[in-house]
Amino acid sequence: MRALLAALLALAVLAPAAAAATPRTSLPDVEDEVMCLECGTALNVSTSAVADQERAFIAELIAAGKTKRQVKAALVAEYGPRVLAEPSDEGFDLTAWLVPVLAALGALALVGLTARRWRRARGGGPHDGGPRLDPDDARRLDAELAAFDR
Amino acid sequence: MRARVYWPVTVAAALLVGLLAYGLTTTGTDTTLDAATAKGERVAPPTGGALPVLGGNGSGSLADYKGKVVLVNVWASWCEPCRDELPLIQRAHKTLSARGGTVLGIDVKENSGAALEAIDEFGLTFPNLRDRDGSFVREWGQTGYPENYVIDRQGRVAAVRRFPVTQKWLDETLPPLLDEAA
Repeated sequence: MRALLAALLALAVLAPAAAAATPRTSLPDVEDEVMCLECGTALNVSTSAVADQERAFIAELIAAGKTKRQVKAALVAEYGPRVLAEPSDEGFDLTAWLVPVLAALGALALVGLTARRWRRARGGGPHDGGPRLDPDDARRLDAELAAFDR
Repeated sequence: MRARVYWPVTVAAALLVGLLAYGLTTTGTDTTLDAATAKGERVAPPTGGALPVLGGNGSGSLADYKGKVVLVNVWASWCEPCRDELPLIQRAHKTLSARGGTVLGIDVKENSGAALEAIDEFGLTFPNLRDRDGSFVREWGQTGYPENYVIDRQGRVAAVRRFPVTQKWLDETLPPLLDEAA
């Protein structure tokens, strides 16, 4: 009896862990990361016959218990790497990775240059905000302030 | 100062325009083959690269059929006009194979299981290669499905058909090429 209870307890503890180790996937989870090869759009927004066939292929793999990673690997094996929505890192596809980085760097440089120019236009220091007093007015102001301090 | 701020912007804009031009010129449809065959010229295939054999191991290419007249049929089972054309293509294969020719199917953008089901369904007996992502037929200036290219015994492209073939077109195109010496 004790052995049976121990076995049931072990099953209750280990079963969820085993399920978590092999996560199941779903068609919507895969569809948005896969391209319809003929339409050039993501599979989840494609309605063409080739998209339907790709979906059927994915559904078969999911029904066979494949994980998302295994499904994507099978898609690449059958259709080639272009089937994945993520662009490859070679040839013209490389621009999809480089252009956003270069654009961000360009924008940063532009902001930096504009900020520098703006600071220069404003004169830079805290005492350069208004017109300077001539020496006579400055002496008179000092005298007036000194009178207040008395 | 103004010039110092604006020259990087100008360079960046020029780069983006260059990138756009490069993208447009490299992804456009190549009509070289159509222009040449329309004038009656025979030209070397745009690409003769090897492709995986459908339903088998290893790879195959046009070079494997040197000396034969080859009707290259671009098809996919998800393409209804291709399915309508396949019985005619199978009959053409029987005619060709009796006279030193063959049909070579190029199955495009589909998983091999679906393609093999179609082969069973239509009783196709000609060899087939797989163009998994369509990059092979793109080199041939492909614009749709189905398409057919006829290769003469010297391995040159003699005719191009950008839409389904008819028996009349096959009768006019293939016999003269079959009569030529290798």
